[in-house]
Amino acid sequence: MFANFDINFIIFGIMPYAALTILVVGSIARYDRDQYTWKSSSSQLLRRKQLILGSILFHVGIITIFFGHLVGLFTPVWVLDALGVPYALKQWMAVIIGGPAGIAALIGGTLLLHRRLTDPRIRATSSWSDITIMVLIWLQLAIGLLTITQTLQHMDGSEMVRFMTWSQSIVTWNLNAWVTVIDVHWLYKLHIFLGLIITAFFPFTRLVHMVSGFAAPFRYLLRPGYQIVRSRRQDPLPKRDPKSTPAE
Amino acid sequence: MRIRAQIGMVLNLDKCIGCHTCSVTCKNVWTSRDGVEYAWFNNVETKPGTGYPTDWENQARWKGGWERTKSGKLQPKQGSKWRILSNIFANPSMPEIDDYYEPFDFDYDHLKSAPEMEAFPTARPRSKITGERIEKIEKGPNWDEILGGEFAKRSEDYNFEGIQKEIYGEYENTFMMYLPRLCEHCLNPACASSCPSGAIYKREEDGIVLIDQEKCRGWRMCVSGCPYKKIYYNWESGKSEKCTLCYPRIESGNPTVCSETCVGRIRYLGVMLYDADKIEDAANMEDEQDLYDAQLGVFLDPNDPVVIETARADGIPEDWIKAAQESPIWKMAMEWKVAFPLHPEYRTLPMVWYIPPLSPIQNAAEAGAIGTDAGMPDVKNLRIPVRYLANMLTAGDEAPVVTALERMLAMRSYMRSKTVEGVIDEGIAARVGLSGRVIEDMYKIMALADYEDRFVIPTTHREQVEDAYDLRGGCGFTDTNGCGGGSSKGSLFGGSKKPLKMPTEV
Repeated sequence: MFANFDINFIIFGIMPYAALTILVVGSIARYDRDQYTWKSSSSQLLRRKQLILGSILFHVGIITIFFGHLVGLFTPVWVLDALGVPYALKQWMAVIIGGPAGIAALIGGTLLLHRRLTDPRIRATSSWSDITIMVLIWLQLAIGLLTITQTLQHMDGSEMVRFMTWSQSIVTWNLNAWVTVIDVHWLYKLHIFLGLIITAFFPFTRLVHMVSGFAAPFRYLLRPGYQIVRSRRQDPLPKRDPKSTPAE
Repeated sequence: MRIRAQIGMVLNLDKCIGCHTCSVTCKNVWTSRDGVEYAWFNNVETKPGTGYPTDWENQARWKGGWERTKSGKLQPKQGSKWRILSNIFANPSMPEIDDYYEPFDFDYDHLKSAPEMEAFPTARPRSKITGERIEKIEKGPNWDEILGGEFAKRSEDYNFEGIQKEIYGEYENTFMMYLPRLCEHCLNPACASSCPSGAIYKREEDGIVLIDQEKCRGWRMCVSGCPYKKIYYNWESGKSEKCTLCYPRIESGNPTVCSETCVGRIRYLGVMLYDADKIEDAANMEDEQDLYDAQLGVFLDPNDPVVIETARADGIPEDWIKAAQESPIWKMAMEWKVAFPLHPEYRTLPMVWYIPPLSPIQNAAEAGAIGTDAGMPDVKNLRIPVRYLANMLTAGDEAPVVTALERMLAMRSYMRSKTVEGVIDEGIAARVGLSGRVIEDMYKIMALADYEDRFVIPTTHREQVEDAYDLRGGCGFTDTNGCGGGSSKGSLFGGSKKPLKMPTEV
């Protein structure tokens, strides 16, 4: 049975499921069992220098890329066809939006990584996972930007459609998904591999603050008014017309 | 009207000797952990001075508290919710740890382990963050101590606004006072309002403002949002922490650690009833100088039968109503009007109030030249400028501060006359709008300050909030997952166990 063994099958066929399972189960477990550790781990208090510019560039860039990938990869191909969007146009959009966002994120990430490694305060208070995940993301950004050089060589969108097919096949339980990306350039493969690694690391690092970050606007904006009062009463107080008092 | 009860505090600055016992006992109990070495839930500042963190009163810089927008809306000074969210990646108004001070410890071990050498061994400082040597300690939690440093630096104190401050740099005119500070447990907390996660909340039953450590995600908007800079980011845990008003003690009817250990007996704790429906309007007065009066208007008279009836309907326990009637806070803030909120212009409706300090009469040597107002010294001649106190306590409105200081002077005159000369002089009391009986009550509470007069704290009614039977065999106060395997209600692993219902015979 090992005659047909292919490393591509492991990475692009099996690993996505492993990574996604770790991501989901791990995150739920951490949220449920140890929510105290669910935080952004901001180091702004210890050193403001390089953080303001670095963090804003990094986050704005990477959130743009994140949603770019999400929408770009998971929009079904037939939707594009129905809307009449040429694949080439979509690919151009990806390069034009993703390129600058990637550069911004890489510059920001470089600032943050430099700060994390060289500032004595930040270095001393960094955990192993803080540094690892930053290095991984930095590499991922760099590789992602390098893939643009490949992308520009085939602007018809055919390669892009392969990746769309692959990701959509993964989430629709098509076990032959891995075949679609078997002969793409190795830079793309490395990018996907690293992406899956980061996905699997997610629950064990500070990356979990992403979820809270996406939830925060909803929580905050939908919260009526500003204040929160908590009551510990087991039996709620009887409702009464707020305008009248019993003695009036 | 929606009545709630709040544990309030008053600090009698007239009696504060700046011994820092409150700070030290608080630190030993609450912030002797990694990540909050630099944090002092209670600190004592020497004023005039720039305080801790440096320049904390400068809200143009830190954007703490609330502001009234041009359209008359009340919103955090940091900006609307959108504005706050947009700063989530990097908070431009957040102080750096160097604005507090870099926490340090000393090489104590070197004192006993040093080899034989010519010079006496010394314990040199090291950073508690990096462990590296600190050559020179640049700042501490009380860097202005006893007017340390030059006047030019000290006079950057925000409370000098509107004062010709140069003359107070002269030796003959210099003055100082102590200002112990802790979380204000505001009625309109700006920290809670700026928390995107909704982790900061005010407790309904006693008004204590707490941070849910499980829910805090470390977005650090509260640090800049609090105008008193009394929220501290724990750089070790990545969560914000603050004064808890020692709620485990308060719940059992005990005063906070800072109050209990105050050697000068300057701290008072008591219940205030307030109308929660009035908060928004009171915090949104157009003129900043109306904010103090507006806050007085939020408090409810616990002896008013309508208030009592409504309080009962709003679920306030009988002993809390009784405690409110005996509250030293009510007496000092509402009846005698000698206590004031700290910086009411921040619009947070703070609940830790201060009695302004009296100070020596200027040029006392020229005794004959002292301006007196019908036998009593004119408070304008006190060494601490009234305007300075007013900037601190009433948004610059001098009249209420003058009245308070006059009443305190009258209390002294009246009691001196009574105990030294044996004469009860109702005239003194009448001149400041009080009666002899009230002055003697003031004397009992403010000067003698017996323990049971200072602390009138009803216990929390645990029977309303939990079934005591469930607590049997429990594990007391815990730190997050410290007890019971970390699952709260409903768990991923195993789900929540249904409570066993024992059949009861009727």
